[in-house]
Amino acid sequence: MVQTELKCYHCGQLCEDRQFAVDEKSFCCYGCKVVFEIINDNNLCAYYQYDAHPGATARVVDEEAFLFLDEPAVQKKLLEFQSASFARVRFNVPAVHCVSCIWLLENLRKLDAGILRSEVNFARKSVLIDFNPERVSLKRIASLMASVGYVPQIQLDSEKASAPVSNKSLVTRLAVAGFCFGNVMLFSFPEYLGLDHSDAALKMVFSFLNLVLSVPVLVYSARDYFYSARKSFAQRQINIDVPIAAGLLALFFRSAWDILTGFGPGYLDSFTGLVFFLLIGRWFQSKTYESLAFDRDFRAYFPLAIRKLFRDEWKPVVIYELEPGDVIQVRNLEIIPADSKLLKGEVFIDYSFVTGESRPARAVEGDLVYAGGRLIGQPATFVVEKGTSQSHLTSLWNHESFRKREESKYQRTIDRAARAFTWVVMVIALGTAVFWYYFRPEEMWLVVTAVLMVACPCALALAAPFTYGSMLRAFGRNQLYLKNADVIERLAAVNAIVFDKTGTVTHGTHPEITFEGQLTEEDRRAVKTLTSFSTHPLSKMITASLSSPGVADIQEFRELPGKGIEGRSAGKTYAIGSAEFVCARPQDLHGQTRVWISVNGTVRGYFAIRTTLRDGIYAMIFRLGDACKGVLSGDNESERTLMARLFGPKATLRFNQDPHDKRAYVEELQQQGKKVLMIGDGLNDAGALKQADVGLAVTDDSGVFTPGSDGILFGQRMEDLDKFIRLARRSHRILRMGFGISFLYNAVALTFAVSGNLTPLVAAVLMPISSISVVSFASVAVRWAARREELN
Amino acid sequence: MLIVVLLIAISLFIALIFLGVFYWNIRSGQYDDTYTPSVRMLFDEGKPAESPQAGEEKKS
Repeated sequence: MVQTELKCYHCGQLCEDRQFAVDEKSFCCYGCKVVFEIINDNNLCAYYQYDAHPGATARVVDEEAFLFLDEPAVQKKLLEFQSASFARVRFNVPAVHCVSCIWLLENLRKLDAGILRSEVNFARKSVLIDFNPERVSLKRIASLMASVGYVPQIQLDSEKASAPVSNKSLVTRLAVAGFCFGNVMLFSFPEYLGLDHSDAALKMVFSFLNLVLSVPVLVYSARDYFYSARKSFAQRQINIDVPIAAGLLALFFRSAWDILTGFGPGYLDSFTGLVFFLLIGRWFQSKTYESLAFDRDFRAYFPLAIRKLFRDEWKPVVIYELEPGDVIQVRNLEIIPADSKLLKGEVFIDYSFVTGESRPARAVEGDLVYAGGRLIGQPATFVVEKGTSQSHLTSLWNHESFRKREESKYQRTIDRAARAFTWVVMVIALGTAVFWYYFRPEEMWLVVTAVLMVACPCALALAAPFTYGSMLRAFGRNQLYLKNADVIERLAAVNAIVFDKTGTVTHGTHPEITFEGQLTEEDRRAVKTLTSFSTHPLSKMITASLSSPGVADIQEFRELPGKGIEGRSAGKTYAIGSAEFVCARPQDLHGQTRVWISVNGTVRGYFAIRTTLRDGIYAMIFRLGDACKGVLSGDNESERTLMARLFGPKATLRFNQDPHDKRAYVEELQQQGKKVLMIGDGLNDAGALKQADVGLAVTDDSGVFTPGSDGILFGQRMEDLDKFIRLARRSHRILRMGFGISFLYNAVALTFAVSGNLTPLVAAVLMPISSISVVSFASVAVRWAARREELN
Repeated sequence: MLIVVLLIAISLFIALIFLGVFYWNIRSGQYDDTYTPSVRMLFDEGKPAESPQAGEEKKS
């Protein structure tokens, strides 16, 4: 049938079935269909004309996700301008990617009359919205944007906002330097042409004009170099800006002295040109850095608001406004924002975000629970014990417990090398100065400045960040998102690979699920609600496979790791889980996973789940060879034969593993001196992911993220794992070659400079060129390496 | 030679004006986004057909 060719009219993804269709147009999911309907109802269908399939795959958006935007404190932070009937806000919208996006977002006013004007900045991927707060609320705008597929990314700390401003000031400083440089060159013409017979007074005028024009270059354009040099002195260190600052000062004051004493015209053309070219180099660097910014913001994960009880009403408040004594409600899978006491009942808290231990801890009435834990199961109410701050929660990401023992080696080596190099340059410059003072004193200043300029080790300092930066981007293009550059280093060293089974080796999303037995509609609803409380992959599969509407009211929800879940609904007791757990029968092996269900103690049947292996996994494991150490699975042995065939006779196959066992196995390998790469879904193996030298979380849905992991790998790219590892290994060689280029350049240029064959101006031109050549070498080499591995 | 000095003063002054204009351009954000305006001018507004209808829907 043509079904395989069906593409979502909204986002262009392949549609699995014809379930979602409107007037001959098919959609891949409910979300995309809703977006289309909103757009269609408002006569905005031109959206689809500017670009084919322009939409971002829509997810059903939780209205309450934006409730916190009603808080005045939040509004104050977000709004750029606010009055009674006019307000202005800037939202970052990462989903903006084409002309249609711009068109739709600039026509937001047609979706709500309260929006006065919206303007897209494509480069910054942001929208500036003017609106009338009397007619539309900030929350409404945010959820409106989310409803058409452009979820605004809201960040309350203003770090990012300041970045473009500093870039602007760099450009103005560059403009001033360029202006002065050009004019100084003009006024130096008589000097260049050697017009000795011309008016001496006129020469003086030119010299003084040059001096006047150089002052803004010194105090305005070049000031960053002086600030940076002074800062490094204050820390009793010497950084790479010190030689530059020294060279600039020497050149300027020497020239000023020459002009004021009437000795000669000085070297102000060199001085201004130097600053001009230095700033161009810096501008280029900042441009490249900008495009390298790791565009995944992990912090977006934390809920910014929590529901707090005001007299008899639940209202969302910002987390950092919580005070001791406040009563809050935390729902399923939400993170507990502050250390608090459980008010009533019994809950399970998953502290894997804090400790990496994923076995949910039980808490009963009166127990203290800690910030960062995640509630599993039914909503519960807590009393806040200790106030908290957003920064406390976000700092969890960078918490000690998520940091690996080995800190970045390369960064330290480079810092030390650059510092040593700077000292060497200073000594060489001094030596050169002494030599030229005796040999030909009138050229001493120029030669010394040239030495200081040309020897700047910035190419050296740039090689590593750019090599690893391009690597991160190459991985990102192939849907492996690594936490930072250190991970690449560790990934390259990996020699033992351990897999989780469900959701990693096997498909997480498209299992074949059949139910053997009988369930009433009411039971089905209860089962679906129960499984939705659990984060186990099998529960998730069952939740996804059941299509019963509504949510049942569940009491006494319990999850017994490795066994199953149980709970009560409408007077009936439900148990869902393994054969042992549900019907006290020993498990029988059928080559398929079975999840049994009982209602009030009577077995009603089982879900037979046949998980299928991910595509290309056979070939991938073959290519990895001996490095594959084995499989750890929390499930029973029903798939042992399949796994044995897949991994070969030498591999370790362990079943019925709880999170502790998995972690212990990784530790065991590490004690044998192995560098372990653990790949899992990050749910019941968070501890192992954290323990491993590199822990990768495999996901089929970008919403799930484990902070203990070092990276996120998209499920369909599992087959390329061996290529990723080989690519990481290549980064070392690329880095060494980058260093080689930079050293070679410095050595050659220094020889010319010391022997007086290089003017400072040429040195200043060479310096950005050397940086640029190292930077472009890094990105070209990484691209080439990725291509050799048949990656994008 | 006085004329040369005068001319230089004038030329510098004019150049400074341009520098000032450029400074103002940067500060007022005219270079912030060089892509969107080029696309925006190509959009068909098509206002007469749509806006009344869209307004009605809001009321209903």
